[in-house]
Amino acid sequence: MPITLTRFFQHVTSWCWLFGNMLYWAFVSPFHGKKMRTNDLFRQMMLIGVRSLSIVFLVMFFMGLVLAMQSAETLEKVGGLSMVGGLVAAAVMREIGPMLTAIVLAGRCGAAITAELGTMRVAEELDALETMGLNPVHFLIVPRVLGMVIMAPCLTILGVFMAMYGGCLISVLFLDQDAYQYWRKSFELLKLKDVYSGMIKSVVFATLVSNIACYFGFIVDGGAEGVGKSTTQSVVTSIVMIIVSDCVLTAFFYFV
Amino acid sequence: MEAPAQTSAETQPKSGPIGPDDVIVVEDVAKIYDGRRVLDGVNFRVKRGEILVIMGGSGCGKSTLLRQLIGLQQPEEGRIWIDGSEITQLTEEAFINVRRRFGVLFQSGALFNSMTVGDNVALPIREHYPNQPEMTVDIMVKMKLSLVGMTQFSHLKPAEISGGMKKRAALARALALDPKLLFCDEPTAGLDPTRVTEFDELTLKLCRDLGVTAVVVTHDMTSAFRIGTRMILLNKGKIWAVGTPAEIRAHPDPGVKRFINGDPESEVRQDADSYLQDILGESK
Repeated sequence: MPITLTRFFQHVTSWCWLFGNMLYWAFVSPFHGKKMRTNDLFRQMMLIGVRSLSIVFLVMFFMGLVLAMQSAETLEKVGGLSMVGGLVAAAVMREIGPMLTAIVLAGRCGAAITAELGTMRVAEELDALETMGLNPVHFLIVPRVLGMVIMAPCLTILGVFMAMYGGCLISVLFLDQDAYQYWRKSFELLKLKDVYSGMIKSVVFATLVSNIACYFGFIVDGGAEGVGKSTTQSVVTSIVMIIVSDCVLTAFFYFV
Repeated sequence: MEAPAQTSAETQPKSGPIGPDDVIVVEDVAKIYDGRRVLDGVNFRVKRGEILVIMGGSGCGKSTLLRQLIGLQQPEEGRIWIDGSEITQLTEEAFINVRRRFGVLFQSGALFNSMTVGDNVALPIREHYPNQPEMTVDIMVKMKLSLVGMTQFSHLKPAEISGGMKKRAALARALALDPKLLFCDEPTAGLDPTRVTEFDELTLKLCRDLGVTAVVVTHDMTSAFRIGTRMILLNKGKIWAVGTPAEIRAHPDPGVKRFINGDPESEVRQDADSYLQDILGESK
């Protein structure tokens, strides 16, 4: 077996082990008297959720503008300009909202998590935790993963509204549409399935991004250079996995 | 260096029950990386109250040996007992109870940069004794920091203090749970000679006053002879020499003498021609 393939399977096996460990410490150990580190969880929710709000708003607002302009060009030809709101809403809720939010989180928070944990690995802080009898997965990974998993759907919903608002601006200012009609049409065309599939995607993407980020942070080797290399690998792997899992989830929700 | 040779009866494999004074028993420990035996048949005992210094050149396996002792790695062969518990057989859960009985001082200090010095020292206390009132934790932290003369710096982050202070703060954290056993990995690395002397004296004082048994890994000979009550010299993963500082100084092996005196292994090349001859071989 080529070395690259062997290393790939080693990574997958180690990642699965870490993921299983995370699931144990997040959902099983609290029932065995190991308390959840709520202070750390809230701190991570703040860092991941609140501090990412502005960038998610900005990206999603511009995405709403782009989508409205793109769809208007086509819909105008078939006399369906009033459908712009619905199209923007469905597109961002089903697909673009969860994916773009996850990509922003991978770039902003995933990279930060990998770099932070990697630096801790290099500085022997993870070893220090272990020798103090503290489990690094419980101490460091669980708050980061849960923080991202809780905050990603919230950011997605807020981002979706921001994109719809962007679409609304284009519709009102350049397409002579009524704002009330835009929002009414948007919610009319948006189905419950779009909302829950978008939310499930968001949770899956956040789980992948946070676990990949933690994994690459934990396996850092070779000092500052290793931290940089691992951070790049973490972001690239996260984005690839977001797109692959998006394809699988879309097929599951809309093709099966 | 010459081929390693164990030279003391104390390095012979020992089995059976652990003696009443044995805090650490290492029996035939071997660690293998990519088919290379980084540690090979290492045997020794550490008695209560001793300061055992593990010395050796770079890459001789001393840090690897320390990682086996503190349970960060499992040896491929052999057994290790810490304070009566065979750690090579323990489950992760059971090992936590053993870990509470020892403190580790890492080479870099390994303080958590996101926390203040005080919070770093408080961390093991808060985690292992979650029901302690915060006031009690504060008092314990102040006591530990006063042992190393760091009380007035408890509010600072590790990035705001010097290297020597970081080492002292890390020592306070290692002593937070009142361990009876202390492991130090290159405790004086990166410190200037004055700070090295201060740190050695602090280690000696703490071990004496608190009755702590210590295992110190270092390649700083001055420091090793200053603090060690017994010494082990490793070479190529094997124990090369073992004994008291006086015995090590008087060791008959010329390689041991050369190592402790810091003499080079081969003669320094005198000129460019001989250097070229060395690297080009017969073709020159």
